[in-house]
Amino acid sequence: MDGTMIKVGMADANICHSPDVITTLGLGSCVGVALYDKTTKIAGLVHVMLPDSTKVRQNQNKAKFADTGIDMLIDMMRKEGANRSLLTAKIAGGAQMFAFGSNNDMLRVGQRNVEAVKAKLKELGIRILAEETGENYGRTVEFYPETGDFLIKSVGREQKII
Amino acid sequence: MQKDEENMDDMEFDILTEIGNIGAGNATTALAKLIDGRVDMHVPKVEMLAFKDLAEILGGAEELVAGILLSLEGDIEGSMLFVLENKAAHHLVHKLMGSDGSTLEDSFTEMEQSALVEIGNIISGAYLTAISQLTNLNIIQTVPSLAIDMAGAILSVPAIEFGKLGDKALLIESQFEDDEIDVCGYFILIPTLESYTRILKSLGM
Repeated sequence: MDGTMIKVGMADANICHSPDVITTLGLGSCVGVALYDKTTKIAGLVHVMLPDSTKVRQNQNKAKFADTGIDMLIDMMRKEGANRSLLTAKIAGGAQMFAFGSNNDMLRVGQRNVEAVKAKLKELGIRILAEETGENYGRTVEFYPETGDFLIKSVGREQKII
Repeated sequence: MQKDEENMDDMEFDILTEIGNIGAGNATTALAKLIDGRVDMHVPKVEMLAFKDLAEILGGAEELVAGILLSLEGDIEGSMLFVLENKAAHHLVHKLMGSDGSTLEDSFTEMEQSALVEIGNIISGAYLTAISQLTNLNIIQTVPSLAIDMAGAILSVPAIEFGKLGDKALLIESQFEDDEIDVCGYFILIPTLESYTRILKSLGM
């Protein structure tokens, strides 16, 4: 690998140009949304924690929510010269880490994050090319703008490229 | 009544620190009894951490850890997560089950997983009992659930709950030490907003 690895933290977003690679580590119930313009080889990644910014009073951090996070990422990518109409998406995460939780809401947050991300992408007309979501295990993801590969790493499982 | 961590004042922070101290002290005693050995506890560290720094405490987002999640009911609703570093989890399980501890591999057998759930249950129970006595509030703990995975993935569960209130999480780090190794355990108490207010009120805030 020639490029640098750009890290995206929890409730954070960033963009990257080929040959750099963008990653977020240890996704649990959060969802990693990678957007990609293959013509300019610009990729963006947002680490979404919650489905809906309008349901939370403390919603200044846009990257934290599916709705505002994806909008923000698109803005960041456009400023770097990505073509909005050519964007495609790959998503990962949204696991249910524990079998029991204090309430249904807490258990289902992974699933709700995935649903919210899909709804937002559909609303924006961005096609999801691949996903690796749900289940009960954590995921580290790496997006390679050179190829459009989305690499998924989990504990005790084979690596996967989607 | 609305409350969030961003606006927490020093006094409230001190109170939560003290709760952490008392809870962890009781948990240490329970741990010593459980493994039938001497366990010392360092003064717990209480920190309000930004999400991005949360997993760093545990050695990074990809570090393998064991997390035991308990639901809380009664006067304090919410949940509590007890996190052990992988090495510490193996050490405690071996102590409890009386094996020699020479096989410190990554995975746990089914029996070892049950033992881990029990350790988490007892230690968290002792922690919560102390808080219950201090606040005079009734806390009922239910169904412990175990996950062994990357620290970031495990911590996403409490982080998301805290995420509804702000951009930080309250972490109580308790370092235990027995005759052989340092055992780092972390308690993350996640009360609902109403319960949080109730805890402070019960202590005269």
